Amino acid sequence: MLAYIIRRLIYAIPILIGVNLLTFALFFMVNTPDQMARVQLGDKHVSQEAIDEWKDQRGYNKPLFINTRDNSEGLLTDTIFFDKSLRLFVFEFGKSDEGRMIGSDISERMWPSLALALPTFIIGITVNIVFALFIVMFRASVFDTAAMVFCVALMSVSGVFYIFFGQYFFAKLWHLVPISGYLSGADAIRFLILPVIIGVISGIGGGTRLYRTLFLEEASKDYVRTARAKGVSESAVLFRHILPNGMIPILTSVVVVIPSLFMGSLLMESFFGIPGLGSYTLNAIQAQDFAIVRSMVFLGSVLYIIGLILTDISYTLVDPRVRLS
Amino acid sequence: MSEMMIKPVVLWSDVLIFLLVLAMAGFFWTLRKQPLTAKRWLSVFRTHTGIASFIVILFYLSIAVMDSLHYRQALEKVGDSDQVHYDQEVRSVLDWLLKDLNAHNETTYSEPMSLYSFSKINMQDDNGQVYRDYPRLKEAGSHIEAEEHKTADVLQRTLAAVLTGLLISALLIVPHYWLYGRHRQAIPWMTGYATLTALIVLSSWVLMLGQVYHVFGTDKVGGDTMYQSIKAVRTGVLIGTLATLLTMPLAIVLGISAGYFKGWVDDVVQYIYTTLNSIPGILLIAASVLLIDVYIETHPEDFNLVAVRADFKFLALCFILGMTSWTGLCRLLRAETLKVSQLDYVQAAHTFGVSHARTVFRHILPNVMHIVLISLVLDFSGFVLAEAVLSYIGVGVDPSMNSWGNMINEARAELSRGDVVWWPVTSAFVMMFILVLAANLFSDRVRDAFDPRFH
Repeated sequence: MLAYIIRRLIYAIPILIGVNLLTFALFFMVNTPDQMARVQLGDKHVSQEAIDEWKDQRGYNKPLFINTRDNSEGLLTDTIFFDKSLRLFVFEFGKSDEGRMIGSDISERMWPSLALALPTFIIGITVNIVFALFIVMFRASVFDTAAMVFCVALMSVSGVFYIFFGQYFFAKLWHLVPISGYLSGADAIRFLILPVIIGVISGIGGGTRLYRTLFLEEASKDYVRTARAKGVSESAVLFRHILPNGMIPILTSVVVVIPSLFMGSLLMESFFGIPGLGSYTLNAIQAQDFAIVRSMVFLGSVLYIIGLILTDISYTLVDPRVRLS
Repeated sequence: MSEMMIKPVVLWSDVLIFLLVLAMAGFFWTLRKQPLTAKRWLSVFRTHTGIASFIVILFYLSIAVMDSLHYRQALEKVGDSDQVHYDQEVRSVLDWLLKDLNAHNETTYSEPMSLYSFSKINMQDDNGQVYRDYPRLKEAGSHIEAEEHKTADVLQRTLAAVLTGLLISALLIVPHYWLYGRHRQAIPWMTGYATLTALIVLSSWVLMLGQVYHVFGTDKVGGDTMYQSIKAVRTGVLIGTLATLLTMPLAIVLGISAGYFKGWVDDVVQYIYTTLNSIPGILLIAASVLLIDVYIETHPEDFNLVAVRADFKFLALCFILGMTSWTGLCRLLRAETLKVSQLDYVQAAHTFGVSHARTVFRHILPNVMHIVLISLVLDFSGFVLAEAVLSYIGVGVDPSMNSWGNMINEARAELSRGDVVWWPVTSAFVMMFILVLAANLFSDRVRDAFDPRFH
């Protein structure tokens, strides 16, 4: 098992190098630091001195790959590629354009993100599974068809609509919860209830439909027929055979997103004013702060790859037929 | 007087939408030679939801096509020079069709079908006394004297519009029924006719009432909301289709080579798509759009017209959106190619010494192409919904372009006002919901027809 995990971790390295090179190419070669400075300084006729100063303050004044001015030691290390790209591998994110440390910002803002994303994730999956199971209980009936039509309709509504609708009725009209904002500690619950509910509702359509398909697939298997043939009651078939076996593909398919929960949700956090990583990223995008965007791209990829590894491990844990090779 | 002169303008996205329509027509034409695939597609249209949703999608598509026939109008001649100058504003055939909706601009917000403005202003009465009240709208309902007459007027116009709509639908449906509908009972034509009639009656109602009222109210600067949400159809339809189409060549080339050549080619392709997949989609999009903004700002000389700039940015956005999703198509094509290249006739081609290029073009490509069309259908609704979110984040289409996302973006301020302005965002949501719902229902039927898991 350990050898397998180590091997998977080694496989992840070339992918991370690829992500790193890609972001480097996007942020420094397609667009040179000069162009970045010009856009940041906002004026069409910026003097070269102003650009140089901007680059100087943020460490963009070095050569891209090879520093020929330096002697042997700084030849490769005193470059933009080393400073801005390779340092990401040890999670040294450097400074944002405003001069704040990105690393400490991230570790601070991670927790509000998680406080929103984790309940949404867990409650969402539970609700979807319960609904899907309920629909499977009445499969091939009018209720099944109606529920599926309802799910498709829910899926077709823009996620932004749920946010507008919830904020307008629950917060503005009925004053049940605050419209937006955040407090740390136990007070956070008041602010988190509405976004969690909205997050769960906007996921119901797609989730319930998918899980219903998975449960139905399970219900058509031979062992279910055998169970029925030997006289097991319908509810026992559903809860003791279909549910546990249907849970396998469900759980293994959601494992991949668990590490990414740290990244938060751009939409939810910005609408509800939650100071997490999602709103952090969004602010960076809107302020065109490339240093933060670059860090978040790298961090997101790392978390996704961890998710992939966890998925593979979870397969081996729940299904003994899967070999670790 | 000077004659009306127009100069056609062809934007790159126009070319692509015409190519798309041609390709779809071509595809259905080639189906005549492939009875097995044709049978599967027919089974999509045999269902009520299949035919109804297809007609709704066609309706949106035709709006998008009309909105893609662009031109610039000639300005009136100044002085004696023979030089003809053209308006900087690029219009489309749809603009001409909706000119009544677009012509009557007010000064600010007004509620749907209202005769009065939504905000009070200072006015003077006959005695010179200043008072505050809701002013009458400049354009809407100027033909009727008082509020009491509005209901009768609206009813009268509605009746006329419904009758006109029914007449037009009858003109379209009766010949079709005579030719096909009576005989081919396999397809539920009645559902199709009902959908078509509903759409035509609805459009005739919007067009006829739009002449004198603002059916869905007006926005902040007094523009007609209905007009804007209809204009946004093109953006929605294009983003839904072009995102898949623009990255399709990449997915086809890489997917088929991985499945056909296997070995190190397969490894490289898998590495490429795992790497791209591991970058969170929304961040990749945001980063790329920021870079495009920088490119446009530093190369202003390449984008002299607003429409050209918006179009460039739009196509780039479609391409980037496609980059986040082509990996799925690539993976499907790779798997299907692996399967097809094991079949006897491909093995036979190898034995006879047929070249790789010929084998791929003659035997592999035609047998995996249906996957491209299916993924075009399946991914469509996701892209339409994504556009709204992206525009909100600020990395969506150009603000000068009509889009549902831009309308929703405005809504944040409108909904937090004291007296809520709900109609612009509602009309955007409704127009988007109908398209996405139709696309979702249609893609469900397509999935049922092609996914072997459901059989």
